[in-house]
Amino acid sequence: MPVHARRDPLRLLVFLGRKLLSVLNHLTAVVAILGQVVLDTGFLVRQPARIPWREISSNIYRTGTQALGITALVGFLIGVVLSYLSSQQLKLFGADAFIINILGISVIRELGPVLAAILIAGRSGSAITAQLGVMRVTQELDAMAVMGIPHTLRLILPKMLALAVSMPLIVLWTDAIALLGGMVAAHAELGIGYSYFLSSLPDAVPIANLWLGLGKGVVFGLLIALVACHFGLRIEPNTESLGIGTTNSVVTSITVVIIVDAVFAIMFKDVGIS
Amino acid sequence: MAEHVIEMKGLWTQFGDHIVHRDIDLGVCRGEIMSLVGGSGSGKTTLLRQMLGLERPARGEVLIFGEALHGSDPGIMRRLRDRRGVLFQEGALFSALTVFDNVALPLRELRTLDQGLIHDLVMMKLRMVGIEPQHADKMPAELSGGMVKRIALARALALEPELLFLDEPTAGLDPDRSESFVTLIRELHRELNLTVVMVTHDLDTLVALSTRVAVLCEQRLLIVGTLDEVVANADPFICNFFMGERGRRALTAGKGAQYLA
Repeated sequence: MPVHARRDPLRLLVFLGRKLLSVLNHLTAVVAILGQVVLDTGFLVRQPARIPWREISSNIYRTGTQALGITALVGFLIGVVLSYLSSQQLKLFGADAFIINILGISVIRELGPVLAAILIAGRSGSAITAQLGVMRVTQELDAMAVMGIPHTLRLILPKMLALAVSMPLIVLWTDAIALLGGMVAAHAELGIGYSYFLSSLPDAVPIANLWLGLGKGVVFGLLIALVACHFGLRIEPNTESLGIGTTNSVVTSITVVIIVDAVFAIMFKDVGIS
Repeated sequence: MAEHVIEMKGLWTQFGDHIVHRDIDLGVCRGEIMSLVGGSGSGKTTLLRQMLGLERPARGEVLIFGEALHGSDPGIMRRLRDRRGVLFQEGALFSALTVFDNVALPLRELRTLDQGLIHDLVMMKLRMVGIEPQHADKMPAELSGGMVKRIALARALALEPELLFLDEPTAGLDPDRSESFVTLIRELHRELNLTVVMVTHDLDTLVALSTRVAVLCEQRLLIVGTLDEVVANADPFICNFFMGERGRRALTAGKGAQYLA
């Protein structure tokens, strides 16, 4: 066969087509996993004795408890920065008291859930993908299949459930610490008292924002686990594939979280903003 | 003709455009030790994975104990799974579980045995493969490759299967350990009345254990027969495989042992 040295004029189209097909391929696989997870959930509802409690609890510990430190650190610093910058602007207009509204709404509604989700996607998402990938390399996945232990029931479902439980809790924790950071900075910059800050918070931020933030947490948690498991199961038994798979998993889950967050913002634009 | 425990009929394996197997017909009889051999990349392990149901044939079918491997009845599939054990190449012990829990897992999955009985059975299996009780609480990462394989064998035998699959049972073991592993498999085969399917490229293991040998070459099954029948074949691949220096040494050593026995 002759080698075409010249560039194919349609190469851009071919490139786009390949990318699109690959995205479709991923989507089909994710839908298949999701379908199996729904079937498994139905199975567990009928046979509660087979619920993998140990796996769920260990995953909650790993994705939740062990993430408290990093989310607190990042949340606190973001709270301080946000509060400090906003305070300087508000001071110009003499609108000092609005710092509570700005911090409250932005942290509880938006920053808390998204920050927590991005951190958990990077931390637990990569861990999940790598874990499943290594199990592929060591043939542990095959061993499970041979013993008739379904991957979705024992590996994927517990991770999704665990993240759906731990994510909203992490969101709540990040919210609290970020507000604490903001409160400290507001006190330093504007001289707003702690008790005044805390007592005005419920009036400034309608409670719907909190529920919205926690709801986002649940959805983000499910999505991160789903994406991470999907990429983990696709890893081929070699080290290169493991690295690429883990990177793709984290990048994809962060992208998905941000896209879904935008969808939430549009869907709930009339909720919680007085 | 003896009863076929495994039967492959007109089996094709294909990954995308890449054809791994073309029209493979293979029957494994009860009680024999069938070795699958072939060059690297000839699809021995893939053929084993077909027998385990980890790959789906592009065409043809696999029958295990006379039942279609990709059937839809979960009860039959369950019973089928419980009648076979698998030893993967690197053991594939679950790294999150202790040695005890690894061997106990298939027993616990049955959900019919109580803790005491499971404990006794696990200890019995570990003793059977020569693992001392004090290793039961260790994690797989703390153990040597040879011990991992023995424990994986104990796990494969946990449900007292009739059919045992071995993927490269002696790969990665030093000569002394391979020797004792081969002896172990031979003893277990005799005591437990097993049918064994084994993938190997280790000639010593092949000569020491096989009742029959199936040679895979260029996507097809070249020949299935006893070692003598296979060696007598004039195909260039077989000549290279068995009649090289290493091959001849293994064959003469094996024959010597048979005459002595």
